[in-house]
Amino acid sequence: MAVAVAIVGVSFGVLAEPVIGSAASVVMSVFVFAGSAQFAANAVLGAGGSITAAVTAAILLNLRYVPMGIALAPSLRGDALKRGAYGQAMVDASWAMANRGGGRFDPDFMLGATLPQYPAWVLGTAAGVLAGGAIGDPADYGLDALFPAFFLFLLVNGELRSGRRAVAAAALGAGIGLALTPLAPAGVPVIVASAGALIGLLPGGEGPAEHPEIEGDPVG
Amino acid sequence: MADAWVVVIALVVTTLVIRASGPVLLGGRELPAAASSVIALLAAALLSALVVTETFRGEGSELIVDERALGVGAAGLVLVLRGPLLVAMGVAMAVTAGARALL
Repeated sequence: MAVAVAIVGVSFGVLAEPVIGSAASVVMSVFVFAGSAQFAANAVLGAGGSITAAVTAAILLNLRYVPMGIALAPSLRGDALKRGAYGQAMVDASWAMANRGGGRFDPDFMLGATLPQYPAWVLGTAAGVLAGGAIGDPADYGLDALFPAFFLFLLVNGELRSGRRAVAAAALGAGIGLALTPLAPAGVPVIVASAGALIGLLPGGEGPAEHPEIEGDPVG
Repeated sequence: MADAWVVVIALVVTTLVIRASGPVLLGGRELPAAASSVIALLAAALLSALVVTETFRGEGSELIVDERALGVGAAGLVLVLRGPLLVAMGVAMAVTAGARALL
């Protein structure tokens, strides 16, 4: 996984350097460490958008960490400070890999999965900033297909095998996401799509089932 | 360039607060059964929404089917045939890049 994160980090560095400069690109990766929000803020600024528009786009994308954090919360022990610190280790890939099904998460697994991704993201960004124009357009390498493929892996090998309700929630999530994409700002469709989980309130559920361990080694 | 630093600082603060919110406010205790059964399904709903939005969203928020969708579709085929993750990700990149070069 760290390899994929590093590659995406390089592409962030390449795209961000001409817009916000070398230092701000690297500092952003060091202290924000949220790929989609960083790409979005940068894209808005690059297109001539205002500071407010750039920050709003990033916040909207990051708001998915609210439902993700709510899902994680019951698995966390310790005082508020410690729990908040675990929350900082929440990046999409680690959060999803730490999901043990039935609403349970393994917080230490999540932390362990995030640790190698952090230097990969920062060093990748630095490499992209330095290499800059020599690399060209990251889209030429198909990098934009990397993360959807990864999320698809977690969906197909994990969630969709954990019962019919998970399949229904996934179908609802995908439907809401597609329907809202042309209508709402980037980030909003994913947040609203979490409402797909509300079918868990219907009576006659299977109960929170364990889902099978994801096969293969997700931490590539 | 000053604008860039304002954006960086705003992102640092908001990201930290957003990531801490769920764990700080709701952590460390068991939730009611109804909440648990919803939470158990959050991952499925969020992941599938991430897949479709990151696959079909165009530059201007419109829905598009382009080379990227081809690449993600090929990765899906690898996964359904129980291929490993790294193969699926490699196929996604290769098919997307290949299609962009050819089409």
